[in-house]
Amino acid sequence: MEILVASAIAVLTTCGVYLVLRRRTFPVILGISLLSYAVNIFLFSTGRLVQHLPPILIKHGHTSYTDPLPQALVLTAIVISFGMTALVVMIALGAFLSSDEDEIDMKDTPESGEAQ
Amino acid sequence: MSLILIALLPFLGAFLPPLLIRAGRNAAAWSAGLTTLLALVGLLTHAPEVFSGQVVHTRIEWVPGLGLNANFFLDGLGLLFAGLILGIGLLIIVYARFYLSRQDPMGQFYAYLLMFQGAMVGIVLSDNILLLLVFWELTSLSSFLLIGFWKHLPEGRQGARMALTVTGMGGLAMIAGLLILGQIAGSYDLSVILTQKDVIQASPHYLAALILILIGAFAKSAQFPFHFWLPHAMAAPTPVSAYLHSATMVKAGLFLMARLWPVLAGTEAWFYIVATTGLVTMVLGAKIALFKDDLKALLAFSTVSHLGLITMLLGFGTKIAAVTAVFHIINHATFKAALFMTAGIIDHETGTRDIKRLGGLRKLMPVTFAMAALASLSMAGIPPLNGFLSKEMMLEEAAHTVWWHSHYILPALVVIGASFSAAYSFRLIAHTFLGPERSDYPAHPHDPGPGLWLPPALLVSLVVLIGLFSSVIVGPLVAIASQAVIGDAKLPYYSLKIWHGFTPALYMSAFATVAGLFLLWQHKALERLWNAAPRPEAKTIFDAGVGVVSRLSDRITATLHDGALTRYAAIFTVFTLVMGLYAYFTGTLPAAQSAMTDIDALAVVGWVCLVVSASCVVVFHRNRLLALVVIGVTGLMVSLLFNYFSAPDLALTQISVEVVTIILLLLALNFMPKTTPVASTLQRRARDLVIAGTAGLGVGGLAYAILRGTFSQPSISEFHLANSYKGGGGTNVVNVILVDFRGFDTFGEIIVLGIAAVVIFALTEAILASNVRAKLLNRKPDRQRAGDAHPLMMVVVTRVMMPIALMVGVYIFFRGHNLPGGGFIAGLVVAIAFVMQYMASGFAWTAARQTFPYHGVIGSGVLIAAATGMGAWFNDLPFLTSAFGYVYLPGLDKFELATAALFDLGVFLAVSGAVLLALESLARYAWQPGIEPEHPMDINPERDDPPLDNTEKAEV
Repeated sequence: MEILVASAIAVLTTCGVYLVLRRRTFPVILGISLLSYAVNIFLFSTGRLVQHLPPILIKHGHTSYTDPLPQALVLTAIVISFGMTALVVMIALGAFLSSDEDEIDMKDTPESGEAQ
Repeated sequence: MSLILIALLPFLGAFLPPLLIRAGRNAAAWSAGLTTLLALVGLLTHAPEVFSGQVVHTRIEWVPGLGLNANFFLDGLGLLFAGLILGIGLLIIVYARFYLSRQDPMGQFYAYLLMFQGAMVGIVLSDNILLLLVFWELTSLSSFLLIGFWKHLPEGRQGARMALTVTGMGGLAMIAGLLILGQIAGSYDLSVILTQKDVIQASPHYLAALILILIGAFAKSAQFPFHFWLPHAMAAPTPVSAYLHSATMVKAGLFLMARLWPVLAGTEAWFYIVATTGLVTMVLGAKIALFKDDLKALLAFSTVSHLGLITMLLGFGTKIAAVTAVFHIINHATFKAALFMTAGIIDHETGTRDIKRLGGLRKLMPVTFAMAALASLSMAGIPPLNGFLSKEMMLEEAAHTVWWHSHYILPALVVIGASFSAAYSFRLIAHTFLGPERSDYPAHPHDPGPGLWLPPALLVSLVVLIGLFSSVIVGPLVAIASQAVIGDAKLPYYSLKIWHGFTPALYMSAFATVAGLFLLWQHKALERLWNAAPRPEAKTIFDAGVGVVSRLSDRITATLHDGALTRYAAIFTVFTLVMGLYAYFTGTLPAAQSAMTDIDALAVVGWVCLVVSASCVVVFHRNRLLALVVIGVTGLMVSLLFNYFSAPDLALTQISVEVVTIILLLLALNFMPKTTPVASTLQRRARDLVIAGTAGLGVGGLAYAILRGTFSQPSISEFHLANSYKGGGGTNVVNVILVDFRGFDTFGEIIVLGIAAVVIFALTEAILASNVRAKLLNRKPDRQRAGDAHPLMMVVVTRVMMPIALMVGVYIFFRGHNLPGGGFIAGLVVAIAFVMQYMASGFAWTAARQTFPYHGVIGSGVLIAAATGMGAWFNDLPFLTSAFGYVYLPGLDKFELATAALFDLGVFLAVSGAVLLALESLARYAWQPGIEPEHPMDINPERDDPPLDNTEKAEV
């Protein structure tokens, strides 16, 4: 099972990084989303892969649970990554609407220094 | 009055003049003057203690771990300097009131002046050297504002910039020096450092600390080779020059040297660096001053020269020289401030300060003449004025000083400097006031009103009185200040008097006076020589240096920061990979410690879906809509993965976030191109694929290594599992961690989310207010619209679903503490319930029925969370400590009430508000007049339009 999860993380990272290196805003946003998945699964997996033992305390029965801490971290990370995606989307959209251009590389030359 | 208050008063008072300037210039001046007077009185209340030999302390701990505290102390040296700063500051405030014209923004002027004053007082009262550094930098900044006060003058701006560059650079060196000093002494408190002389001078870092500190002090006190900024700072209004260059700013460097004298002085390095620099500065400054025609430039270079003199005295390292330095600091402050003010008067009344255009003012401005003459003669060192006394003591000291095995070099150079000093002082009198009256003054010269001449007159009377009755008037002050400079050692014998008998100093002094008169007599010939000789122009060199640095940084910035974001991303990834590879090849990786768990068929199916969908996103990323659909599959698989591995909360969160993210991206895609053109070459794509593949291998390998390894430390999760129910009252450990154990993190995160949403809203406002709006209004959809914008079935279903969805949200919220769910997930579910209405029934229809602003929802969420956290304070517990209890109501099962639930309510509101605000903002782009049918559903129970009138139609 470990090899499956690790390879899934690898594939998600590869796809994410490749898209992040594209020149248009939209693929980059998709790439960031894929990278977020990869990072979230990676963080989650540091608690090890456990089946059928959710961290919900029960009175009777088994007494071992999966690690709840990475889950709490990842839960907020998912919500925050939504905020980040939304913000980046809005910036990308504003830039495209103002300039009719969705390339992310700036083309203009560096501004001239202050006049003495 | 507390010392802290004395240092803070000017800063507090700095708010008054800009406010009161509306009530007139007098009100502004009064507020500044009274603030200063109050601080001065506060200082003087401590004078008796200080004169009796005590040191006044005020301590406030600030960041003890960093050695930062706000400790202030007042000893003789501090009293002397603070007295000069506040006393002369008061005179300057009066003088400036009458000097500045109506066009000058006087409120601003006094605000800057008071800030500067506060910073100076802070320097001289600080006990902690880090605190001293803060005030030191504040003087650089506020003096920048003062020197560049006449913003319309290019000289003013350039002079201010130069002063800031030079003193700021020196300040940086000094920070390093003082930090080293603090490290050596083991404390940043001056009162401790000053007791560590042996430790400091024996340290191998002594020389480094000394040189760095001296660079800072020399830059501030305009010592060679940093002296060039001071004359250019003369572009400031004269009151500023009089203040900064007589008693305050340039004396800060001297103050620091005097302050650290007990621990730094006395070594060979100190002697040769400080005394030599002072000597060179003194002679050079005096020589240049003789050939300056601008009154203020002459005074500027004479200031440089006198600062050199005091530096040299401190450099001698003998106790008696230190006493002389202290005495000369007082004398120089009095006569130089008076001279600057009289120069200002001359400028003000005659319209020029060019000596070549002046002369013969003796009869026209008798009061000014008297003041200028007395102050100049004091500067020249003529008895019985105060300048003479300290100069005699200085010459006496110099006569005994051996420099580089020679008894003669130093005295000879000092006498030359003194001769130039006498010469320019005499020239100031002779060429400005003596000689025939002229008829071509730019204005009709006359003595000014008392507002302008009283402040310098007060100082001139001090010049005379200190000269005549020195030991009575300043004797005790010199004694306590000198005692503070030389530290614990016993004060040497000295006497402040005019007649010391026929000493070498007297002969040297007499020689210098005669030589000065001779130089004045030969001034015309010397000036021709001076003008013929080539000499380096400091400003040109400085500008060239700044130019080189600025071009260099321009080039570096242009190369490194060229705006190619893809390149940044590539460099970042490659660099991270290189670091990872380095760690991999140099570190050791333990063998797999835990066995692999079995793979079942379901997991394989999920893995295939995940991998294929992620790959498809890349393969089809040029078709953006398709890529969006496929990435939805990826998100779904991620959510199932969480569920599969015992994380129901994560699965719920992931799936609901997935829904809103896809909707958000769809909305955005509406306005963006639907396809991505091929922009990169095949090579580049191959390169990116290699980078991405390596990154994937690295992260995957790391994940695998972690999964097969065991914990090196026991996990803190055990604590959470053990205490979740006992301490937090909930059985869903993840939720209890979020709202209880790590509640503060969650509090921060909902704030961040709220900020992101508000930023999105603000961006939308800004974009829609620009010319983009017209573009959006006239936009033609780039593909055909659906014939039915609001399909009936969808409208019906979503409206029916609305209460159910809300109820699910509430249910998830309430069960969150004990079962999977909670504020985050409930917030997302409720947000989706609302978004469904926007999607199905249209923006206008929903917006008309939605009456509360989403900002308010976010804000109330954060406030509820904060208030819950603060509630703990009332029980004397730290912020966000939770409490819970069980309630039994008749007819119901027992149920739990926890403050954590209230906190979770805040989370719920903030999350739902943020999601809705973000989506609503995006949806507003789509608004076009006339696109919304009045009713998205034909059968609307609320519809209010009149039924079709068939009879009317029939008639037509």
